[in-house]
Amino acid sequence: MTILVDHDTRVICQGMTGWAGTHYSAAMLEYGTRIVGGVRPGKAGTRHLNLPIFDTVAAGMAETDANASMVFVPPSNAAAAMIEAIEAGMPLVVALTERVPVRDMIRVRDALKQGATILVGPNSQGVLAPDVCKIGVMTTGRARRGTIGIMSRSASLTSEVIAQVSDAGLGQSTTVGIGGDAIHGLGMRECLELFLADQDTRGVVVIGEIGGSEEEELADFVAAVKPRIPVVALIVGRYAPIEHRMGHAGAIAQGLAGDAESKIRALQAAGVIIAESPHLVGATMREALFVTA
Amino acid sequence: MNLHEFQSKILLSSRGVHVPEGQAVSTKEEARNTARDLKAAGFAVKAQIRAGARGRAGGVRLVSLPEEAMAAAGDLLGRRLATEQTAPTGHLVRKVLVETAVEPLQSLYLSLFIGAATAEIVLLAACEGGDDIEQRIQNGQTRFERLALGAEQTLDKTAAAGLGARLGLAAGLIPPFVELLGQLRDAFLELDATLIEINPLSVVEPGRFVAVDAKITIDDNALFRHPDLMALREESESDAVEIAAQNRNLNYLALDGDIGLVVNGAGLGLATLDMVRAANGRPANFMDIRTTATSLDVAHGFALLLGNPAVRSILVNVHGGGMQPCDTIADGLGIAMRRNRRSLPIVVRLAGNNAEYARFRFANFGCKVIDCPDMWTAVTRAVSAAQSGESQP
Repeated sequence: MTILVDHDTRVICQGMTGWAGTHYSAAMLEYGTRIVGGVRPGKAGTRHLNLPIFDTVAAGMAETDANASMVFVPPSNAAAAMIEAIEAGMPLVVALTERVPVRDMIRVRDALKQGATILVGPNSQGVLAPDVCKIGVMTTGRARRGTIGIMSRSASLTSEVIAQVSDAGLGQSTTVGIGGDAIHGLGMRECLELFLADQDTRGVVVIGEIGGSEEEELADFVAAVKPRIPVVALIVGRYAPIEHRMGHAGAIAQGLAGDAESKIRALQAAGVIIAESPHLVGATMREALFVTA
Repeated sequence: MNLHEFQSKILLSSRGVHVPEGQAVSTKEEARNTARDLKAAGFAVKAQIRAGARGRAGGVRLVSLPEEAMAAAGDLLGRRLATEQTAPTGHLVRKVLVETAVEPLQSLYLSLFIGAATAEIVLLAACEGGDDIEQRIQNGQTRFERLALGAEQTLDKTAAAGLGARLGLAAGLIPPFVELLGQLRDAFLELDATLIEINPLSVVEPGRFVAVDAKITIDDNALFRHPDLMALREESESDAVEIAAQNRNLNYLALDGDIGLVVNGAGLGLATLDMVRAANGRPANFMDIRTTATSLDVAHGFALLLGNPAVRSILVNVHGGGMQPCDTIADGLGIAMRRNRRSLPIVVRLAGNNAEYARFRFANFGCKVIDCPDMWTAVTRAVSAAQSGESQP
């Protein structure tokens, strides 16, 4: 099985008529994702990529049976687009837009409290279940259908880890780009919950980095539920430039300064296996599965 | 974007927050004249760099006479100031802030920032401020009071007053404290800030708070709706190279090593730094090529490395993704090599989208590169090339 997406996922693209929306929608169609339409205010009734365009997400949902949306709307309007999809009751929203202002994301998170929408991103590279469904911009060349769940805060490192996991003969159940921004939707902890509930996922890779406190929260969760499948983590930024590492006093006081060492210590203490170097993630997972078996 | 202290104080003071009287100047004569005009019993001369812990690094001088202010300014201006929060090379001091020195009756610590986990603005305050606050937090000597501020409604004055009471403020200080919090919260939202830190926030006369130091960080992603703040960014020439790189869709930060790094994506960039250090190499920079960068932007990034005499090898670690194929990076290198005669060992590791095509592009440009099959091989090869000082392959 997969998480978040499956063979029944039907996608509409918000911002489909722009360059990125067009390019990646076309790539997704080629991959086999079922895109059923696009949203672009003012262009209702027209067609794009031979698919119907709607003025609003609600209209798109009424006319098609879409159950997921992907957001390719520029930063200035991305939050409004996410909120529109949430208010329309879209079950899954994947936001690819980079550089969304953080103040806008506070409003989006407020909107999320009201409904049942799962938001992935923004600044996500998308969700990829090999041979089943691809939403977003991930490369698929090295992805293989398999049993490892991957969640990541970083796009380019994810491509690398997908390749390593495939080379280790394992393949992926689903890869989720949870997004690199401070405030985003689906968090590491919730993503792990989804993977643990999926019977076919036999191991989970977590790609984290300095800053924030999500890895620490994930460690608390792992310590509490003691997953039966191995969780392998790669945390980068141990040697980041000091200007990137400095937390202000307020963040330190809240335990939010989030340096690499303290994240690694927290995860290790919880029973998460740490990949010693970015090039060893695939091998670490293979070994962990061998030990568990 | 971190604002300078003087910029932060101008923005806060225009919103009603009291700050010490003073002015930022760039010559020692102006420093003396400013001090004279202030007609105070004492002055603070403060180096303007975008990093904290200046006090302990000798970047803040307290003097009594205008001539002494001039001497202090003369000493600070034009030199590089390194603090615990900067790289060892420090930051160039281009301006000093000359202010009336304050005699605090009481000092607090105050900051507003984004609490990511709960997606809200958090206010944190402690009943003692000062520049050793980080140490005192780590030693558990300082007790903090926390208050979540709603994003869109107005400040909850009762909650703000309650916070003041928990901090042990005298009854007469509560109303000005609540007013100040309202001003800071509005400033935070209006400016699209991600941090406002006031340390210390001092009581200089009964019932009156003064922001003795102030630091504001603006959300870079929101600068498109603040052209006025965008202009402040240009004001700091000390990181002109980094700003030029930003305009070329590159996140670039100079470090003091000898291996130039060209990497796409922040995560892979951090991972590459970690691996180079693990292989006992010394990175010359951090680089994250954004997905929107063109080959000309990438060429600009390569030119920065080729123009740095300390760089002895270049490591290109690229995993072509859906948005940025490898050949964009290869073209960037080809363009830069044609513009620049310098030859350095260039170790490349290409994977993902269009990796093969990128190799073809290298050949077409006549770029001789050391092609490695995986990240770790490439990292160790770049480190040995830098250490042995070999020239072109």
